[in-house]
Amino acid sequence: MDFQVVVLAGGVSKKLLPLVSKELPKALLPVANRPVLSYVVELLELSNLKDLIVVVEGEDAALNVGAWISGAYADRLHVEVAAVPEDVGTAGAIRAIARHLYAKDILVVSGDLVSDVPIGAVAATHRRHDAVVTALLCNAPISGPLESVSSGGKDKTKKPGRYDLIGLDPTKQFLLHIATGAEVEKDLRIQKSILRAVGQIEIRADLMDAHLYAFKRSVLLEVLEQKGAFNSLKHDVLPYLVRSQLKSEVLLNGIPQAEENGSEKVISQSNQQMLSQILANASEPTFHLRHTLNTNGSDSVRRTHKCCVYIAGSSKYCARLNSIQAYNDINRDVIGEASHLSGYSFSAHNNIIHPTAELGAKTTVGPHCMLGEGSQMGDKCSVKRSVIGRHCRIGANVKVVNSVVMNHVTIGDCCSIQGSVICSNVQLQERAILKDCQVGAGFVVTAGSECKGEVLAKKWN
Amino acid sequence: MDPPRRAPRTIIDPVPKFRQVGFFAPGAPPERSQSGPPDPTHSSPPIPNTSAASLSPVMIPPPRHLSDNLIIHARPSVASPRRAESINVGGSNCDAPVSPAPSSSYSSRFAVGGDRSFFDGKGNNVGKVVASSFPRGGFDLTAMKVNANVVVPASELTTVSVVNDSLGIPEKEKANKGGGSAGEVKDHPNSKQQKPKPTKAERRALQEAQRAAKAAAKGEGNKASGPTTSVNAKPAKAVKPAQKVDNTAVAASEKKGGDCPPEKDRKKDAPQPRMQYDDQSRVEKAKRRSVVKQTEARNRVELFRHLPQYEHGSQLPDLEAKFFDLYPVHPAVYKVGLQYLSGDISGGNDRCIAMLQAFQEAIKDYKVPPEKSLGRDLTAKISSYVSFLIECRPLSISMGNAIRFIKSQIAKLPLTLSESEAKTSLQSDIERFISEKIILANKVIVKHAVTKIRDGDVLLTYGSSLAVEMILLHAHELGKQFRVVIVDSRPKLRGQHLLRRLVEKGLNCTYTHINAVSYIMHEVTRVFLGAASVLSNGTVYSRVGTASVAMVAHASRVPVIVCCEAYKFHERVQLDSICSNELGDPDVISNVPGREDVKYLDGWANIENLQLLNLIYDAMPSDYVSMIVTDYGMVPPTSVPVIVREYGREQVWI
Repeated sequence: MDFQVVVLAGGVSKKLLPLVSKELPKALLPVANRPVLSYVVELLELSNLKDLIVVVEGEDAALNVGAWISGAYADRLHVEVAAVPEDVGTAGAIRAIARHLYAKDILVVSGDLVSDVPIGAVAATHRRHDAVVTALLCNAPISGPLESVSSGGKDKTKKPGRYDLIGLDPTKQFLLHIATGAEVEKDLRIQKSILRAVGQIEIRADLMDAHLYAFKRSVLLEVLEQKGAFNSLKHDVLPYLVRSQLKSEVLLNGIPQAEENGSEKVISQSNQQMLSQILANASEPTFHLRHTLNTNGSDSVRRTHKCCVYIAGSSKYCARLNSIQAYNDINRDVIGEASHLSGYSFSAHNNIIHPTAELGAKTTVGPHCMLGEGSQMGDKCSVKRSVIGRHCRIGANVKVVNSVVMNHVTIGDCCSIQGSVICSNVQLQERAILKDCQVGAGFVVTAGSECKGEVLAKKWN
Repeated sequence: MDPPRRAPRTIIDPVPKFRQVGFFAPGAPPERSQSGPPDPTHSSPPIPNTSAASLSPVMIPPPRHLSDNLIIHARPSVASPRRAESINVGGSNCDAPVSPAPSSSYSSRFAVGGDRSFFDGKGNNVGKVVASSFPRGGFDLTAMKVNANVVVPASELTTVSVVNDSLGIPEKEKANKGGGSAGEVKDHPNSKQQKPKPTKAERRALQEAQRAAKAAAKGEGNKASGPTTSVNAKPAKAVKPAQKVDNTAVAASEKKGGDCPPEKDRKKDAPQPRMQYDDQSRVEKAKRRSVVKQTEARNRVELFRHLPQYEHGSQLPDLEAKFFDLYPVHPAVYKVGLQYLSGDISGGNDRCIAMLQAFQEAIKDYKVPPEKSLGRDLTAKISSYVSFLIECRPLSISMGNAIRFIKSQIAKLPLTLSESEAKTSLQSDIERFISEKIILANKVIVKHAVTKIRDGDVLLTYGSSLAVEMILLHAHELGKQFRVVIVDSRPKLRGQHLLRRLVEKGLNCTYTHINAVSYIMHEVTRVFLGAASVLSNGTVYSRVGTASVAMVAHASRVPVIVCCEAYKFHERVQLDSICSNELGDPDVISNVPGREDVKYLDGWANIENLQLLNLIYDAMPSDYVSMIVTDYGMVPPTSVPVIVREYGREQVWI
């Protein structure tokens, strides 16, 4: 269908710092014991998109990601990995691989997307409207753990302003305004020209930009070339395209136009005009069209382009792993509500316990839990709504609630872990109590220590 | 200058062709007093088989396949002088563009376009082919060529994972396995033709024979013949054309099946009846093939059960989700299909133009597969596109004519032409069809019809018709003083768009809804109507409501002038608007535009004794039509068969 897919896998994200490292870039961060990138790749595979370009920030990270992909998807997908320097931003990443893009439209997906939205639908919407850019919007996920007992206060501080403010036209097909929640301080500036043309703008704060865009390649590359300062697709390119949609500066389908003119030279120009007029009158005119036609009197024709949205249905799951909170949420959802995403089959107790995992006497693993391969648990442990990775050794009388424990973690007796993320190779000595903590890889938590809301990590060498 | 007002001709049909189409309770007896011919589909719903099999009085046999005839006796363009003549009647300066010297313009375009497209195609092809078959090396190679000077710090791609079997076919199989259930439907154009031809032809002949023999109980006939496991695509293919609304697809599959004249003859003798959607078994079969997920709508109106009606809500998202699974469908065609389905493009001319342009695009990108001839393979391709479009929305008659034109052009291509030449010639043919049959035709219609507008006239039009709009604008430009009454109707309210455009141009307009048409008709002096098609008995097939407007005009003795391009004429004969029609989305009429809060009919599908009917077209008997303005001049409706006969065949198209 003449689409190319670019997966922006990122590098070592600063936002996720104790969790990620050079060895474990963001793309490989395990979500329900599977790298987060695999969710995107499999979503694409489901849509029959098997040719991917994965862009990773940093050489080391690229090597790691490449190694993982070649191991996991050999024979199934045709994946190419490109390494770009760190901090070039999403726009820079596209610039760097621009010469490898040749298809008519480019699908840019963030590697941290966990979703089951049919990607074809986004592409189809893009094609149907002949849009310059189409963005996938989804309902903003519910943040925080399900039982709001523990972190009610924390939610309140984090939740508002986190998401995007999105302006839509009444038919909910076109994007008229976009601002990231963080940028909006007090007031919201909306262009008068757009408002005048459309007549009515619906501003929504309950939608989230899922960072999945379909771009028209010619336009995307042109914008990136002209605006060298643009750093991010989401913060620079998309708002720019939305802003300028009624006074388009991009050369819309420049190449096809030239071709058409060539082949239709024989036909008089008036016919051409009439044809376009017929097509223009074809159906419900969009505001773009009305805007273009309004200026028939003046000499210059206003050029417009369309920025479309595809709004995922409320039944679809869609989340981005872009913060530690989101990491917790996604882990919870993937083994909980959105369990079809995980790709595992759940047992009768609604949990996944690998057959090689060993449980001690009187140990209970509740529903919405996951226990990885070769993990051992001592007696009288209790696990609730948590993910435990591979080859973990957990002592007796340990409580794990709402937490993520990665691989090769050793947990001593009588520990209690709540709402925390424990990275690989961490050692928790006896009676450690962690609540809402993040423990970086290889850290040793001394016996009896009690932490709340802390970030525990090794000093960077 | 008044067009002659004729007394109603009783010869054709004395019975008024208007039926009350209302809400029928499932068991209620039909109103016999209203309807002329008995309607077996209605009167005997429990026995659906018979209705599908034998031709009932109501069912109109579909037209024969012209494209078949075309090959046999392709006459050289006799028509061109006559056409020029008829055009001269209307205006003097318009005949030049209508009849361009075909040979000269053709050849020049040919040379220019041919070179470029050949070059383009080649450039692209090389890149793509290499990239796909040798993913590792090919990618870098093309990339290196493309960028000589890139400012951005470019990064190299490292292929970390490669699909091992880089050939196309195994990949397809994998796609099927991997859950692309939809791909399965259309995946087999290649494999189909590799099977030995004679057996296929034989099988088809056998099928045809059985079908003809078992005319009475045909529903079961197809199942019995043909091994179902190995060729699950083929019986479907054989059945398909018969079921489609317009039988243009027949020509294609027939050509593909090989040339066996006896079979063709038989087909001509007993044309296939149209698909009747109240026939359970056939509907099931059609559904299995279809790309677009079609959920049968519930609560269908009894009288219209034989027409396809699906739940509209689920179709678009479903098709969209399958975007990447359907690679046999060309992206441009797919886009048009989506636009049909979503209603972005509606209206006869627009749909036709959009389809033709998509085909043009598809032909441009088309490459003849090895060991196949362009004529056959491209026809099959086009047929598959057409059936995809039909699933999105039933074809209009004008589109059927256009498809017939394309296919006849493909069939007519001389075998000596190279691939690129053939493609360019087809593209320019399509181009010419659009410009001559649609655009110039409209211009000529305007020239003719404008003479019928006098100062002080009050012109009434219904809905939004391109030709009528152009007539009104042109008359305004000529400085004629007149007033326009635009009659509109729910749910589309297309008249509002027309109104907006006319008012912008400074015309004096009145806007009203169809409910008030009898009131406003007293002040009207002329009625101008557009048409979706004009059938050979003079019946005008047009947007629903047109017939009532014409009837009121007729009763008030106001002349009705129908403006219709000749490419929309069809040789079919139709007496009512029941046996062949299109059903729109019933939800549209249950909604109130601009009032989202009014939801009295929400969940109507669950109310058993409620049915909604959203008819798209209706048929206007020729008695109401004073004159038809077409690109061949202004003719009475009785002359339509003449135009169809004289110009409707291959002469029209060149």
